Amino acid sequence: MGVGITVEHLNAFYAKTQALFDVNITVKANHATALIGPSGCGKSTFIRCLNRMHETIPEARVEGSVHIGDLSVYNGTSATQLRRRVGMVFQKPNPFPTMSIYDNVAAGLKLNGFRNHKQLDEVVQKSLHASALWDEVKDSLHKKSGASLSGGQQQRLCIARALAVQPEVLLMDEPCSALDPISTGKIEELIFQLKEQYTIVIVTHNMQQAARVAEFTGFFLLGKMIEFDKTEKIFTNPSDKRTEDYVTGRFG
Amino acid sequence: MRTRFQQQMEDLREKLLRMGGLAELAVDRACQAYTERDLTRCQLVLENESLINAAEREIDEMAFDVLATQQPAATDLRFILAVTKINADLERVGDQAVNIAERVMDLIELPAVELPVDIARMATAVSAMVRRALESFVEGKAELAQAVLEMDHVVDRMRDEAFVMLVRKMNEEPQVTQQALDALLVARNLERVADHATNISEDVIFWVLGADVRHHAQAASAARRPERREQ
Repeated sequence: MGVGITVEHLNAFYAKTQALFDVNITVKANHATALIGPSGCGKSTFIRCLNRMHETIPEARVEGSVHIGDLSVYNGTSATQLRRRVGMVFQKPNPFPTMSIYDNVAAGLKLNGFRNHKQLDEVVQKSLHASALWDEVKDSLHKKSGASLSGGQQQRLCIARALAVQPEVLLMDEPCSALDPISTGKIEELIFQLKEQYTIVIVTHNMQQAARVAEFTGFFLLGKMIEFDKTEKIFTNPSDKRTEDYVTGRFG
Repeated sequence: MRTRFQQQMEDLREKLLRMGGLAELAVDRACQAYTERDLTRCQLVLENESLINAAEREIDEMAFDVLATQQPAATDLRFILAVTKINADLERVGDQAVNIAERVMDLIELPAVELPVDIARMATAVSAMVRRALESFVEGKAELAQAVLEMDHVVDRMRDEAFVMLVRKMNEEPQVTQQALDALLVARNLERVADHATNISEDVIFWVLGADVRHHAQAASAARRPERREQ
């Protein structure tokens, strides 16, 4: 099951440049939360602070606290330990190109020393089912490489890979921006189903996508969380003029 | 800025205002036709109806197009929804004007009689409501729309008074029953126009403030209205 996320007084920096300013947010467990905002507003930086990817950039640092369930992300938790509980899917599908479909999904588990073949088979099948890819690849699990799949299939393969380690939270950074509308529809449908078991945070430039898949939406601008509310409120009657200007396209 | 989108919204606003003008004119003409027993004005109202119906279809198509192609959000989404609903109300206002005109055409055939009802006064109040509701739309001002909501109970009371007085007249002078009944129905048509003006005002409030005030006003209005006495 998914867990909630609590972020308090989060500040993020790239060397001396501050990218996030005192962000506070509570993400509900087993819900999809969308983050929207113009390019460079800090939404991707924010999501990367949730699984400590931000600090992989030289001179980048984070202040404040993030809790994934009862796990304190920046206080005594290793990045490896954290990422077992927080999966991530990126803008561009990034399957391991030389690995088979099966090995792509099993990679995370194998990396963690999981060797039981029968159980691996079960997890791979379950993950591919959960990512709605099983029917399309079940006959070529070992024959085809991850790179041989279409863009939409590759992205669902990456979702299966993320789900295989049984995370509680799934972070998605513009997961459909490189996909056609059919593949986008499949991923969105998937997000809708996955939130029953996982807590999902999705960064998107596509406001209609946020409106379609997320129960809650946060609007970022210049590194600040301007407004966070139920999605229908954000898209029908936002409280802040800046949110209104952004969602109506009057921005800039 | 989304220039084409803004232009589409502006076109929609102008089109709806023109339709509002047609509907307002139809009510005014129908009421003048009643007070002056004027057949020409009745015919103008009937001819005018096809223009209102055509405008309704055109506005719906424009709104549908904007919804399908622009995916408006927030105030823009509320505006489009309000426009489609106001559009339907204005078309119904046109229908009520036609009903009045048809009633007048029947009345003209009958001898003129003195009736204890001031249709002209009621028409003035109703026209003012329609005009102000449209003004609130033009100005995008919720307070103007709110003022219209508060006028509705005045018209309701006029309708109730007309009912009581005209039914009494019918009892006392059965020979004028047809004329009294026609006047009563005209009063009811006017009261319905006032209801449409109220709906329009509620839609303007929804567009401007994002607040749904429907039925609250009606409930308040019903609470103010005295019980209608059956005779």
